[in-house]
Amino acid sequence: MKIEVLGTGCAKCKSLYEAVKTAVKEKGIEAEIVKVEDIPSIVKYGVMSTPALVIDGKVKFSGKAASPGEIAALL
Amino acid sequence: MLKQTADYITFTLMGLTPGTHTGEAVNFFLYDTTKIFLLLSTIIYVVAIIRTSFPPEKTRRMLSHKREYVGNILAALLGIVTPFCSCSAVPLFIGFVESGVPLGVTFSFLISSPMVNEVALIMLWGLFGWKIALIYIGTGLLVAIFSGIIIGKLKMEKHVQDYVWEMQVGNAEIVQMSFREKREYAGEYTFSLLKKIWPYVVVGVGLGAFIHGYAPQDFLLKYAGRDNLFAVPLAVLIGVPLYSNAAGVIPIVHALMEKGMAIGTVLAFMMAVTALSLPEAIILKNVLKNRLLAVFFGIVAVAIVCVGYLFNAIL
Repeated sequence: MKIEVLGTGCAKCKSLYEAVKTAVKEKGIEAEIVKVEDIPSIVKYGVMSTPALVIDGKVKFSGKAASPGEIAALL
Repeated sequence: MLKQTADYITFTLMGLTPGTHTGEAVNFFLYDTTKIFLLLSTIIYVVAIIRTSFPPEKTRRMLSHKREYVGNILAALLGIVTPFCSCSAVPLFIGFVESGVPLGVTFSFLISSPMVNEVALIMLWGLFGWKIALIYIGTGLLVAIFSGIIIGKLKMEKHVQDYVWEMQVGNAEIVQMSFREKREYAGEYTFSLLKKIWPYVVVGVGLGAFIHGYAPQDFLLKYAGRDNLFAVPLAVLIGVPLYSNAAGVIPIVHALMEKGMAIGTVLAFMMAVTALSLPEAIILKNVLKNRLLAVFFGIVAVAIVCVGYLFNAIL
C-alpha cells in the first residue's frame, strides 16, 4: 500500500503526515508513506487545497488534517 | 447582558471607577473580547458547514470557461464561500487556469477570497454594526470584480510563469461528506481557527481598549479625518505590507475611528491589510512573473483607495 500526503509544507500538512504514521503503526500494516511537496505532483492529482491524502493513487480527502482514527478507517 | 456582566466585573468586582481611563479601558476590553469570541465561535461553525458544500474543486468546475463579467462576478461571490488558505494559493491558481478558468476570473477569486471572509464579517458586525459589515462585503466584492476584469482586459497570460501552462492537472473526484462528517469538520475547523486567531483578537482588542481609554478624543481628526486627502492612500500604503488577519486589525481600527479616523479610511486600511500582503506576494511569485504581480498589487491598491475616497465622500 502506498500512502501519499500532499502539501506544500504548512502546519496542517505536517500534522496530517504524523497522523498517518501513527495510524499505520497502530494498524500494524505494511505501507510506504511519502510526503509530496512539489507542486506539479500535487496538481497532477487535481488537488487544490492542501493537505490532501492519497492512498494507492486515489484522493481520499483534501483541504483538512485528520486524526489517526479517521485515517485508520480509510486504510 | 454582556454589557452588564462587563460592568459588574469592572466596576463592582474590580472596584474601578466608571469614567476613569483604567476603568473604561478594562471595561471595553472585557466587553469586546467576550462579545467577539461568542460571535466568532458560532458563526465560524455555521460558515464551515456551508463551506463543506463548496470545495475548491467544485468552484473550479463552475468557473471554467465562464466568460468575462459573469465569470468575474461569480468568482468573487464564490470567493466568500470557498475555503481558502494562502498556503494552498499556488495549487489553486494552477488548478484554475489549467482547467480553463480565465486569468481575470481567477484573480477575482483570489482577491475576494481572503478579503471577504467570515472572520472579517463577524468582527465588523460585532464592533461596527451590520451596516458597515454589509458595506464592506459589497465594496470588497466590487474591488475583486473590477480588478479581475481589468487584469483580464490587459491580456497578461504571458506573464504567468511558463511552467504553469505546461502542467498536467488531474481531475480529483469530489468526495461527498455526510452531514455527520460535515459537523465534525466544522467543529474541528472552528476549534483550529479560534486557536490560531485568539492571540490576535486579544492583542487587537487590548490595543483598541488602550486607545479607547487613554487617547484624547478626536486626536486623529486632524491626521486621518475626512479632510485630509492623503489619509486614504497613506492608510493603504501602511496596510499592504502589514500581515495580520482581520481579527487583529478590526478592534484597533474600531478604536481609531472613535478618535476621529474617517470611515472610508478605516475600510481602505482593513481591505489593504487583508487583501494584499508580503507573504502572499512571495507565495504568488511561484506562479506569476514580476510584472503581473506588480500589476495585481497596483490595481487592487488603486481600487481600494477609490473605495476609501468614495466612503469618505458619502458617509
